[in-house]
Amino acid sequence: MAENEKNMNTGLVIDEEANKGIGAALSSLWQLLWRDKSGLLGLVMFLIVVFAAIAAPLISPYDPLDQEISQSKEPPAWKEKGDVSHLLGTDTLGRDIASRIIYGSRVSVTVGFLGVSMAFSLGMMIGLISGYKGGRTDNIIMTVVNMVLSLPYLVFVVFVAAVLGNSLLNVILIFGLTDIPVFVRVTRGEVLKLREEGFIEAAKSVGIKTPRIIFRHIMPNLLGPLITLATFEMSAMIFYEAGLGFLGLSVPPSVPSWGNMLAMGRQYLTVYPWMSVYPGLAIVFTGFGMNLLGDWLRDVLDPRMRRMKK
Amino acid sequence: MSDILSVRNLTTRFNTFNGVVHAVNGVSFDLKEGETLAVVGESGSGKSVTMLSLLHLLPKTTTTVSGTAEFKDGEQTHELLSMSEAEINRVRGRHIGIVFQDALSALNPVMTVGEQITESLTTHLGLTHKQAYSHALELLDNVGIAQPEKRFSSYPHQFSGGMRQRAMIAIAIACGPKIMIADEPTTALDVTIQTQIVELTRRLQREMGMTVIWITHDLGVVAGIADRVMVMYAGMPIELAQVDELYENPQHPYTEGLLGAIPKVGDSGAERLLSIPGAPPDLFKEPRHCQFAWRCDYAFDHCWKEIPPDFSVGERHYSKCFYDMDKEKPREQ
Repeated sequence: MAENEKNMNTGLVIDEEANKGIGAALSSLWQLLWRDKSGLLGLVMFLIVVFAAIAAPLISPYDPLDQEISQSKEPPAWKEKGDVSHLLGTDTLGRDIASRIIYGSRVSVTVGFLGVSMAFSLGMMIGLISGYKGGRTDNIIMTVVNMVLSLPYLVFVVFVAAVLGNSLLNVILIFGLTDIPVFVRVTRGEVLKLREEGFIEAAKSVGIKTPRIIFRHIMPNLLGPLITLATFEMSAMIFYEAGLGFLGLSVPPSVPSWGNMLAMGRQYLTVYPWMSVYPGLAIVFTGFGMNLLGDWLRDVLDPRMRRMKK
Repeated sequence: MSDILSVRNLTTRFNTFNGVVHAVNGVSFDLKEGETLAVVGESGSGKSVTMLSLLHLLPKTTTTVSGTAEFKDGEQTHELLSMSEAEINRVRGRHIGIVFQDALSALNPVMTVGEQITESLTTHLGLTHKQAYSHALELLDNVGIAQPEKRFSSYPHQFSGGMRQRAMIAIAIACGPKIMIADEPTTALDVTIQTQIVELTRRLQREMGMTVIWITHDLGVVAGIADRVMVMYAGMPIELAQVDELYENPQHPYTEGLLGAIPKVGDSGAERLLSIPGAPPDLFKEPRHCQFAWRCDYAFDHCWKEIPPDFSVGERHYSKCFYDMDKEKPREQ
């Protein structure tokens, strides 16, 4: 009973504060996060990865490319024969694994972020046109989308990567372009639903012009579902990038990336497991964090849900 | 008083996968400046569709609208139904405002109430954001929303049902329209709030000199607010009269049935409520005769031969019925 009352009170505070500018909005966001601990955990995990990517030169103990053959194949610090100087051990060329994981996050975050941004923005625009215009335009766009989606994704990506060759830009383009149809589809579905909503009819009934209806009335309603989709797609892209790297089709082998590390550690899996286990854990950590974050975003980004969550 | 709106032979058809729906079949009426016209009828009788047709608010691809609707704006007369999208956009919200039944779904959940009021002001009146803001505060205050500064930046879900309907009204009247169409604005509200909304509309109508079309199926509300009543059945106006005249002297069997079905205070409660037997006609069929004939106690052979014209049955009182209720016999043709 007492707790119920308390919850009701905090709920009210949020509603009041929602009307008091950005500072208050941030504090109410913080309260929402604090109430949903798994969302908070997801956000923290995500921020750790982003921080590692940005601050890599500052926080990594070694240059990820520095080879020290005399110290090669060293196990992690807590193992027998391990040394504190290489916390997670070294690989066959004597490069520090911890440093390579930290630098590897740069590739993952860049590919995930830029790839999703590209798919998000283009996919949303195409989906808006498709859903709002309907008719023939819609038919053509959706046929192309369905064709792309019916291709076996990984095979397609591997093929394109093999043809275009290894480079960070190519990887970003491949993931960005192939992911557009996913965003088109979700956007179009939402637009078809929103187009029939009472408030769109109401906006028309007060003479609001079509561009404004699309950008001010429909688009903000799309952001919730699309941002949620973006987090899930970003974690999927990070997985696929690692997969491509594992196949040797992502960034060139000289660049430290989680996929490249996995590929390199594969042949030593039974003898020197740390070479692939720790980059693997980094991938799992990132994916798990982003999925928690995505779940939480799905709940909060809808103002109606926010009220129900009280 | 002159006519502000003259609708002639408005016909609306929906082209569906299952065939053509004859939603509105030749609606004609005149609207006097400053009056309140109530449009009553059961669900599916074409009340809302008539009004949505006037403002081109039905999906273009599946709807066919014909007829004329002349809207008088001062000295100028505009024909609404032949307008282009850009032209009708300048009428919507500027000269004719609509209040919808369900304010929760008619307000955008992710825009503040204030934004939704100001966007119409900036679109039609060319106000700056600052001017629109202060005008919106006046509007919120005028429709009876307390603390307008605070409520301006609230979202619709933070409003109660009554407040949402008030906000809808504020949006509809923002640009000072000549005509306000109220599409069952009180149906989703409880009775005390209903009364407040009705009172609010009447006050605004008086203050702003608006003409109001009030769509409803609540004959109790009609008696309180309307000057004239148009009764619709199967997409046709079957009786049009001054409100007192209609209640005292209904000239169409359907109107008589509707009025007879209102439970009266003082009834013992032992009798069954009266109802009109049968169901409304199938709108997929093109009407060729009186659409009420199936359910009508007075129907005779001629009723099945053609659609009755509007018979003048009193001062500004029209009925679409071949039977003369006063003389209790079929009309002379």
